[in-house]
Amino acid sequence: MSPQMIDRLWQAAFDTVFMVGVSAAIAVLAGLPIALFLVTSAPGGIFPAPRANRLVGLVVNGFRAVPFIVLLVALIPFTRLVVGTTIGVWAAIVPLAVSATPFFARIAEVSLREVDPGLIEAAQSIGCRRRHILVHVLLPEALPGIVGGFTITVVAMIGASAVAGAVGAGGLGDVAIRYGYQRFDTTVMSVVIAILIVLVCCVQFAGDSVVRRLRAR
Amino acid sequence: MAILALDSLGAARPAVSAAVDPQAIPAARVGGRGTGTVRFENVSKTYRSAAGEVRALDDVSLAVPSGAIFGIIGRSGAGKSSLLRTVNRLEEPTSGRVLVDGEPIAALGTDGLVALRRRIGMIFQHFNLLSAKTIRQNVALPLTVAGVGKAEIARRVEEALRLVGLEDKAGTYPSRLSGGQKQRVGIARALVSDPEILLCDEATSALDPETTLSILNLLRDINRRLGLTIILITHEMSVIREICTDVVVLEAGRVAEAGPVWRVFGAPEHPATRALLAPLTRDVPNELAERLSPHPRPGARAVLRITYSGRTPPDLSALVAATGGPVQLLQAGVERIQGHAVGRLLIAAGPEAEARLRAIGETVEGIGYVAADD
Repeated sequence: MSPQMIDRLWQAAFDTVFMVGVSAAIAVLAGLPIALFLVTSAPGGIFPAPRANRLVGLVVNGFRAVPFIVLLVALIPFTRLVVGTTIGVWAAIVPLAVSATPFFARIAEVSLREVDPGLIEAAQSIGCRRRHILVHVLLPEALPGIVGGFTITVVAMIGASAVAGAVGAGGLGDVAIRYGYQRFDTTVMSVVIAILIVLVCCVQFAGDSVVRRLRAR
Repeated sequence: MAILALDSLGAARPAVSAAVDPQAIPAARVGGRGTGTVRFENVSKTYRSAAGEVRALDDVSLAVPSGAIFGIIGRSGAGKSSLLRTVNRLEEPTSGRVLVDGEPIAALGTDGLVALRRRIGMIFQHFNLLSAKTIRQNVALPLTVAGVGKAEIARRVEEALRLVGLEDKAGTYPSRLSGGQKQRVGIARALVSDPEILLCDEATSALDPETTLSILNLLRDINRRLGLTIILITHEMSVIREICTDVVVLEAGRVAEAGPVWRVFGAPEHPATRALLAPLTRDVPNELAERLSPHPRPGARAVLRITYSGRTPPDLSALVAATGGPVQLLQAGVERIQGHAVGRLLIAAGPEAEARLRAIGETVEGIGYVAADD
């Protein structure tokens, strides 16, 4: 491989990590409140609001149904509004975050829903208000599951970021498609895949060890 | 003798007054600790589901006196849990009202409800401790959410943990504790805000017999030392016998029987009560039952069951004198509940003994005859 190609790979790896990192952070900040809303507003929840619950659930499903490559293009006007451009890394972060948020929200919702209702009842019996239940019961008790779900989300986002090249965002997937696939450069393809494997393994390992530490308590 | 024992029991537990007139319950105190009385007035609860309506509670009226250990027993599905949960409004009655310290609790707004719940501790069958918090944090939570200062929290958590004997476990997580220890943490958490009422929802049903006894002893100790009212639900009569002062038997959402424990144990009237008592009652042993014949043969001895329902103390010399001949004690199951002797004796005596014992006022039942040499 030429030194330029090695530089290009370094840049691509950095772009991928940056894109996925920023959009994953947004997905957590936006997805967690959605997940909390979906769980607590369900019938029998602590803030029951069945209509709003159904509506939000429908919107989440809508976004989950759209393939990422379609979302990437469909969101172009929105992306321009938010980051002022439709090409480059920032132009990919917007659709990545929009796609990962409902994904993560659904996964976090499952963990939150699995918190033993007995714990919520116990919290109510000792005089917890609803916000106390969110802070002291739902979030801490579901945390291992939420972290595990976040790991899954990040790995899925690394995969999704491969098509970010469509808006010129670069990243490892883009290099693999342009050099490895379109120019039949098997070496580049193999290296990119190796880097992706390492990246995914690192994310998974980090996530698993945090979950293990949380569950060991 | 029974009267004397009752008096000494009363002295040991000055707060208990079994015959509280519901009208005499004082109005709610403003601020500070109430007396811990609960009154249920025509409480009904109906659940609506796709399968139709289920009437969990049907017109239940009860008064729980201050300082009592009040047991609610019934088979599963009898409505015990629903009734208990109406006291801190984890469950809202469909009709009727619940009064705590004379105050109807249905009218309370959010702040009032939170304040009420801080006066009522609750412990659960499955402990319901927060796995992500240490023992100290679990016990501190009622105070933390009430906005109590840090130094005050530390002092009261320490005190609560000492009360349940777990001061050395403060820094560990619930998953490291045994079932009995978890329930002790549950009790500490329930007591840390100095409540006047403690609700126990099948608190010992997930524990082994030995741990159950230690938890029940702890509850009795707390009731005496802190003078708080305990309402507990259980499906085990042995729990009621062990610590309760009063008992209510629920059957299909209705009150089947209620009264002081010794009276309900001594003379159960409702079939549901009898069914619940069956595991504690010694019946005629099989070995003996096989040899019983329904008709007297020459020289046979009558097998008699004498029942003590706690109203009079068993007088053995009078019993022997009345039978007028050799008496053989076959089986004895008499125990003392709240100073009253309750239970049964199985004796073998002469054929005329049954009538004679009845004549001196014993509750006797002839259950058959055995050959004289048995």
